[in-house]
Amino acid sequence: MVSHSLTLPMVIFTILWGLVGIVAPLFVPKGPNRGVIITMLITTAVCCYLFWLIAILAQANPLFGPQLKNETIWYLRYYWE
Amino acid sequence: MALIFQSEEMCLVQLFFQSESGYCCISELGELGLVQFKDLNPGTTAFQRKFIKEVRRCEEMERILWFLEKEITKAGIPMADASVLGEAPCARELLELESVIEKVDKDLKEINSSHEALKRNLTELLEMKYLLQMIQDFFEETPIDLPDRLTFSSHSLTPSSLSSLCRFVAGVIKQERFPAFERVLWRVCRGNFFLRHSEIQARFEDPVATILKKEVFIIFLQGEQFKGKIGKICEGFGLTASHSKALNHCFICDHVILVFFSPKVLNQTNEHRHNVLTSAAVNIQNWKTKVKKMKAIYHTLNLCSIDITQKLVIAEIWCPVSDLSEIHSALIKGSEKSGSSLHPVLHRIESQQTPPTFNRTTSFTSSFQTIIDSYGVGDYQEINPAPFTIITFPFLFAVMFGDCGHGLIMTLFATWMILQEGHFKRLKNEVCALSDTLFSGRYILLLMGLFSVYTGLIYNDCFSKSLSIFASAWNVRAMFQPTGPWTNHTVHSSVTLQLDPVSPGVFSGSPYPFGIDPIWNLSSNKLTFLNSYKMKMSVIFGVVHMLFGIMLSLGNYMEPRNILLQFVPEVTFMLALFGYLVFLIIFKWCAVPSSASRRAPSILLHFINMMMFSYPESSDSFLYGSQVGCIVQIFLVVTALLMVPWMLLVKPLIILKEQKKEQRSTKELVSWQKKRNSESIQHLEGDTVFLQVNMGDVFVHQAIHTIEYCLGCVSNTASYLRLWALSLAHAELSEVLWKMVPHVALSARAYLGSLMLTVIFAIFAILTVTILLIMEGLSAFLHALRLHCKFAGVPVTLFAEFSPEMSQ
Repeated sequence: MVSHSLTLPMVIFTILWGLVGIVAPLFVPKGPNRGVIITMLITTAVCCYLFWLIAILAQANPLFGPQLKNETIWYLRYYWE
Repeated sequence: MALIFQSEEMCLVQLFFQSESGYCCISELGELGLVQFKDLNPGTTAFQRKFIKEVRRCEEMERILWFLEKEITKAGIPMADASVLGEAPCARELLELESVIEKVDKDLKEINSSHEALKRNLTELLEMKYLLQMIQDFFEETPIDLPDRLTFSSHSLTPSSLSSLCRFVAGVIKQERFPAFERVLWRVCRGNFFLRHSEIQARFEDPVATILKKEVFIIFLQGEQFKGKIGKICEGFGLTASHSKALNHCFICDHVILVFFSPKVLNQTNEHRHNVLTSAAVNIQNWKTKVKKMKAIYHTLNLCSIDITQKLVIAEIWCPVSDLSEIHSALIKGSEKSGSSLHPVLHRIESQQTPPTFNRTTSFTSSFQTIIDSYGVGDYQEINPAPFTIITFPFLFAVMFGDCGHGLIMTLFATWMILQEGHFKRLKNEVCALSDTLFSGRYILLLMGLFSVYTGLIYNDCFSKSLSIFASAWNVRAMFQPTGPWTNHTVHSSVTLQLDPVSPGVFSGSPYPFGIDPIWNLSSNKLTFLNSYKMKMSVIFGVVHMLFGIMLSLGNYMEPRNILLQFVPEVTFMLALFGYLVFLIIFKWCAVPSSASRRAPSILLHFINMMMFSYPESSDSFLYGSQVGCIVQIFLVVTALLMVPWMLLVKPLIILKEQKKEQRSTKELVSWQKKRNSESIQHLEGDTVFLQVNMGDVFVHQAIHTIEYCLGCVSNTASYLRLWALSLAHAELSEVLWKMVPHVALSARAYLGSLMLTVIFAIFAILTVTILLIMEGLSAFLHALRLHCKFAGVPVTLFAEFSPEMSQ
């Protein structure tokens, strides 16, 4: 098991969706569809970021653990680091 | 940029043009497809309109063309597609086109009728031929032994001698009617006849082109009466029967005639017909287009009004303000084409009527706009939610679909459809309506597929298996001695064991960085965790989506005081109750450590207690400090409850106060005027009565709005739980399919397993596509649609552009 950190993914994904939602709209070329494309970028960024955030927060402090079959436990004990 | 967020600004324009150029100008406007004509003759019926004759002529031509098309398809001739989408023909061409089409129609009718007649003759003659053949055969037969009661002498009779003794009647009858015929004959003649019949080997075709089987029969009988009776029976069955006398002469003539009327003539007629149809088939699509356009133009001309001098045509149109210059140039072009010297005049007029709603769309955005419009077209210049729907609709679909394998298949399918756009557009008329719908939704499908891949990666579900991109955050080894309570014995003795996050090292302290941890897929209490996660996720998304909707509607408020009276209480109500719920959910996720899992309060119970103002003694049931929490919650609930009378009563009361003030001022006016003029009193009193009746309406309207909003808040939040329900259903279906189908083949131990796998994979693929992609996809689509219906406004008229091509 690799010890993950909580901060690293937070930073990475915040920056990623921040780029999509805040920086990219500045670079959309002028044309009749500029408004639509900017709306699409911002909405996508908000929805996807929120979805990812909920997934990671829900697992941050687990109140119970997974219930495994004893065969699975035996396998995981030896094959997972 | 603001244009796509609001429906376009429209204006009412009056057009004046000369009668001669009327036709051409309207055809130019039709090509543009940007205007909607207003009906200036609403009182007249269809028969009284000026151009009704021309419309009738166009309809007649359409009927002929439709008949021609049927004949062409029956003959199996391919029709050329409409070549150039040419401009509408001018009025002169109407006559030309009409005469050409009518000539083709007349020719075809003649050919058809002569063909029918020839065929009928041929059939009759063929029947006669077989009849004669049979009779000949019969007479050449060896003599038959008749039973005694039929013979006059003891020696046997030859059939030829039989013919000299009695008469015979011969004819042809359909095989299926023969038993009935025989039975009737038997009853009528009481068995005093002799009947022979045989089947004709050749098959006949009747005009309806069904194959018939026929039989020839020959009846021998004695006596005049029988002849009459049998004649009547034959008439009843619709046969032409020939008597013995008539038959002898026909022998020779028959063969000659048959040679003469041989199938050659029939073939020639067929060929001529084929030629006529082929030449018509080349032009028919073009004719159809032209006739349709002409009819549309005359129909529109009927909507305009002609002034007294018969020289000027006046039309009123609705059009977007930004397109005025284009319309003007189109009109000039039309008037030049018709050769008139005067240019048409455009005159913009003010109108009290609400203009129709028009949202300009591209081929990409049009499918989303259709979805929004299906719930109800927005008011004129109302905020248009379609640009946001482009993303939120596929996203909510994806939350319910949530499988990256299925999402990938959907994406690939949609990409293929988009790349084959040209090919599909050409096939548009021939394919069935279902695939037409599928094709027009290709962009929606693409976005849905892409988002499904993303949500599938977060749910960690790919064909019901989890991907382990990063290592799992849970460690089994740490549960064993010395760090944990388990020993080998524990593992042997119990079938399932649960990992404990409190034990050091079991949970790494930080969660899986992208999505759901893959260990949950291996566990048997997976649903306990996922249900809690997905339900909370649904509620959070529901509240966010609804708040977003309310914020959008802020743009629709015209008067600033409405914002205070309606918008502020709505938002406060929502935030105080459901915003706080979302806060509780996120707070519990972040602040309650695993060590406190035994004491962790349930959010649901917490919320219920808050609404009922019941605060139990133990301080454990609070997420944050109990004193602070108590005060905060009581404050929030009271605020939310106060919003209800604010929404319900404040606005109507203000309106009532304003009415009363107006009433008082008019009463003063009335009493002042009384001294001057007593007649106007009646008129003013009538007005005040009218105003008072309106107040009841206002109160009721406001009450309905308040109740709708408050109850809607609760029920809509709950309705977002379908996000959870459908994603659960999809995941479970997917898992069951895996367990029942490929798992069987993959766990087979014999070499036969690989062969089984090939067959079983085919079954797996078919079931995946039909059940999981199509059925689940449609179901999730429907529910995502249902969740978007809150953006519907009062149904209003949609801008109906005049464009005859669009109906093709």
